[in-house]
Amino acid sequence: MVFKGAEMVIESLRKEKVDTIFAYPGGAVIPIFDVLFDADDINVVLTRHEQAAVHAADAYARTTGKTGVCIVTSGPGATNTVTGLATANFDSVPLVCISGQVPRNMIGNDAFQEADTVGITRPVTKHNYIVTKRENLGKTLREAFHIASTGRPGPVVVDIPKDILYQPLEETYPEDVNLQGYTSPGKGHAGQLKRAVTAVNDAKKPLFFAGGGINVGDSSKIFRNIIEKTGIPVVTSLMGIGALETKNPLNLGMIGMHGTYAANLAVSECDLLFGIGVRFDDRVTMNLEKFAPLAKIIHLDIDPSAIARNVPVEIPIVGDAKIVLEELYPLLDKKDRPAWHKTIKEWKDEAICINAYEGFNAKEDDSSYLMPYQVISTVNRTFPDAIVTTEVGQNQMWTALFWNFKEPRTLITSGGLGTMGYGFPAAIGAAIACKDRRVVAIAGDGSFQMNLQELATAVKCRLPIVIVILNNGYLGMVRQWQQMFNGGRYSSTHLNDRIKADKEDKVSPDGSPDFVKLADAYGAEGCRVRSKSELEDALKKAAALTDVPIIIDCLIEPEANVWPMVSPGAGLDEMVFCIEKEEE
Amino acid sequence: MNHVISLLVENNAGVLARISGLLSGRGYNVESFSSGPTLDPDITRITLVCRGDDTIIDQIKKQLNRLIEVIKVSDLTNKHTIDRQFALLKLLVQPGNRGEIIQLAEVFAAKVMDVGSDTMILELTGSEKKIEDLVQLLDGNIVEIARSGLVSIERGRKHAAVSQK
Ligand SMILES: Cc1ncc(C[n+]2csc(CCOP(=O)(O)OP(=O)(O)O)c2C)c(N)n1
Ligand SMILES: [Mg+2]
Repeated sequence: MVFKGAEMVIESLRKEKVDTIFAYPGGAVIPIFDVLFDADDINVVLTRHEQAAVHAADAYARTTGKTGVCIVTSGPGATNTVTGLATANFDSVPLVCISGQVPRNMIGNDAFQEADTVGITRPVTKHNYIVTKRENLGKTLREAFHIASTGRPGPVVVDIPKDILYQPLEETYPEDVNLQGYTSPGKGHAGQLKRAVTAVNDAKKPLFFAGGGINVGDSSKIFRNIIEKTGIPVVTSLMGIGALETKNPLNLGMIGMHGTYAANLAVSECDLLFGIGVRFDDRVTMNLEKFAPLAKIIHLDIDPSAIARNVPVEIPIVGDAKIVLEELYPLLDKKDRPAWHKTIKEWKDEAICINAYEGFNAKEDDSSYLMPYQVISTVNRTFPDAIVTTEVGQNQMWTALFWNFKEPRTLITSGGLGTMGYGFPAAIGAAIACKDRRVVAIAGDGSFQMNLQELATAVKCRLPIVIVILNNGYLGMVRQWQQMFNGGRYSSTHLNDRIKADKEDKVSPDGSPDFVKLADAYGAEGCRVRSKSELEDALKKAAALTDVPIIIDCLIEPEANVWPMVSPGAGLDEMVFCIEKEEE
Repeated sequence: MNHVISLLVENNAGVLARISGLLSGRGYNVESFSSGPTLDPDITRITLVCRGDDTIIDQIKKQLNRLIEVIKVSDLTNKHTIDRQFALLKLLVQPGNRGEIIQLAEVFAAKVMDVGSDTMILELTGSEKKIEDLVQLLDGNIVEIARSGLVSIERGRKHAAVSQK
């Protein structure tokens, strides 16, 4: 068949079974949008910013495992995708981003809306292309989808000059790819597997460390089987949350700077640490010298460059988590380790005492502000099966620590890059991907303002997203650091004088918007809550909504902190649980 | 320690930028970088000389391997290899010392490529050490140097061929 370039782009989407794209038009991609105008089988979601289009496509991919797709114009359209691409790249999310480019004869001339998209996006993508010949278009798109979704997934940019979009060619979309330099690992090395099995079976205090690779690699089922069979406890990274249900007694929770008490202690005490699909990143290990000092480390990852990069690894296994775990399952012994389990149980009990003491459980009374734990657990009770997205900061850590996750792909959060402004557009992508599930966007008052224009998209698409703003009037996470390490000098972290405003029954005298009025301006629902009963009423209202987003602006204790915390330079077992009062 | 890493890469526009971008972006130390065609017009060979301890070199190789367009990464560091560099040296000469310079060039098997009334250009191929030695001996006379990066090939029957489509 003869396809114009733009038609080939749509043909590629159909052949790759893409039914939803996130897109923003502009001069260089008008030919593509013209074809889309008649493509009834492709749902085009118009976001209000290209960054949001990428985040939405990213969350669409994270929730479904399918490749997310976005289309943007040249120049500013393409440069606006950079943060989104870097976010997806860091967290191994399969994405194909198609960008328009100026016509070939104008490239290099500083033409209107020209940018060196391939040059700019090279370090933040798994791979990228500029199509320089019409004959290469189909092949390039096929390769892009293949590369994005196989091995360690990641974003791929395909930059297409406008004149190619008009050029017709007799062509069929290729089925196969031929990439000499690209293979994706599958099975593990037999010798290493054998060593790993012996090490695990012999260990007295073994511990699994589950990372995002388990969720990305769809291996949580076999992983759960292994845990059930062996009875070995589990800690996770932020991205590994959901690999095992939060409530499982063997799940000690997240490790790292804001890891749980039991998880951080377990890493410090274990004699064998088996990391699966993790990077041992610095927010997880903290002081490397003090990380897992007693443990032999086994590291399974699909990306050889992730292995032995940060911590010394005794048994490296390069392979696909699902395949390797299936190989391991029959070989791992069921074994009683009563002493180890007793210790772990003690840590878990102690943690409950510490938490109660810190008061984040309590405050059922009408103390002036909601506490973060109260908000998250109450929202969780109303929407126990929701997909949850977060922004970045305290809101993200509180969600990771307090929400009960049951399944993989239900916590959608920017881990590696820590992108404020990710969570709300991500909620849009998740809600479009999973029509039958509720999506809760836990937000910070700062982060939400980085992509709040997407209220328009959510309203237009009739998405009943529940946006829960943990409104502390601060860039809270940075404020917490300033409180702990900079003598309480809150430099540029104070968003509004909410306490004062609230007393005067005004909102935001100096900075933040009135989020309820903002919701109203966009045609969304909104309410402000100060107490648990107000929150419960708001959630009742939210639960009844089916086709409109709602903002629940929760006024929380402005200076609530995330605990425990491991200070930079400290070991995981050196946690603090409150602000230490300075001695006079 | 210096490591010699030889790459076979797809001969695409932008592949050099991708490799040099990776090296600079991750803060690796590269002493030399040279690239040229192979028997297969679709494949380019790049020879890198990198500095770093074993873990860094290991990372460099793994990161290069991750690039889609990199077909093969070989570390030639402790292999039985022939290593060569190439240099062009422009010298200022007086009638009195021209003969002496030509003699010195002969000892180093350097070729005289150009002779002017008061200049001379020498071409020299050899190990890095050999080039440095001649440069040092002629130090006072040299006004300009153009040097290539190192290229290296393993001795024996083994060869870095790539299976063809
Ligand atoms: C794009 C971006 N800019 C800056 C930061 C640094 N940063 C990390 S957390 C944070 C504060 C976030 O404030 P808010 O969204 O209100 O969340 P809170 O911590 O108060 O829950 C900042 C500024 C970031 N992560 N991302
Ligand atoms: Mg805040």
